[in-house]
Amino acid sequence: MRLQKATAFALYAVLELAANPARQLTVVEIADKYGISAHHLAKVLRDLGRAGLVEAVRGVGGGYRFAGNAKRLTLMDVIRLFEEIGAETDAAAPLVVGQDIAAGLRFVLAELDAQTVATLRSISLSTMLKLIGRRPWAVMPSQPPARRSARQQR
Amino acid sequence: MAKAQRSDPAEPVGIRGATAADMPGVIALDEAVTGLRKPEYWREMFERYGAARREPGSFLVAEAAGRIEGFIVGEVRAWEFGSPPCGWIFAVQVRAARRVQGLGSRLFDAVCESFRAAGVDRVRTMLARDDTVIHAFFRSQGMTAGPFIQLEMRLD
Repeated sequence: MRLQKATAFALYAVLELAANPARQLTVVEIADKYGISAHHLAKVLRDLGRAGLVEAVRGVGGGYRFAGNAKRLTLMDVIRLFEEIGAETDAAAPLVVGQDIAAGLRFVLAELDAQTVATLRSISLSTMLKLIGRRPWAVMPSQPPARRSARQQR
Repeated sequence: MAKAQRSDPAEPVGIRGATAADMPGVIALDEAVTGLRKPEYWREMFERYGAARREPGSFLVAEAAGRIEGFIVGEVRAWEFGSPPCGWIFAVQVRAARRVQGLGSRLFDAVCESFRAAGVDRVRTMLARDDTVIHAFFRSQGMTAGPFIQLEMRLD
């Protein structure tokens, strides 16, 4: 799946700030680190501030700092401030007679959406920061052996 | 019958292998969390994975002042659909009053240690997609999606 730009920027900013809640960072510092538009990020941070996830620190050396509970806030809590996940494929949508193919496709796509939503709801910012620290993408994922079709004896 | 005492958060909690005497406490805790009373199921689990270890696995309990505060059960599964032997956790419960204090993590670490001792290098589980609490718990332990997919169909 692909996230909209504003959503990705929000996740960068929230996770960057949540990694060290005592630290405050300016819009430019975050934007420079991720190579993204400071203008766009400023708007995203204002939205995050209105939602209570970050707070603006005024004065010299001002910026933003994390204001939420990293163990309670999930990736989904951040994402849904900017976009709706799974809204386009609703398996519960009324079935139109004669559109069984469309209904079947909606059913399969809704399966994927349900998996996505469950995953995003299960990962807190704290868990995400731990995952980033472990860098699991640097390790080859385990692969199921190919062409096994039946349970074997233990 | 489970003792009708309250959890004292200050009471130290120890983790050890389950005994037959723990089963009433396990059954009561499971019933308190799930709303379902399953004495035969838990006695069968104890027969398989408890002290007698009829099959390779672990049945561990967290106990404080004689009261069961949590438990975890797992086994070593081998060669299902070509999967090399791995640890499989199929039950974990922590009393509500004891949650968010690291007890679930201690149980998880202990069962993983038993899997390592059994010679496997991977642990898996399966859970309800809408059970956000247990899903978040396993994620917080470092578990991520694996290379297998769970499927089902109605038989009626």
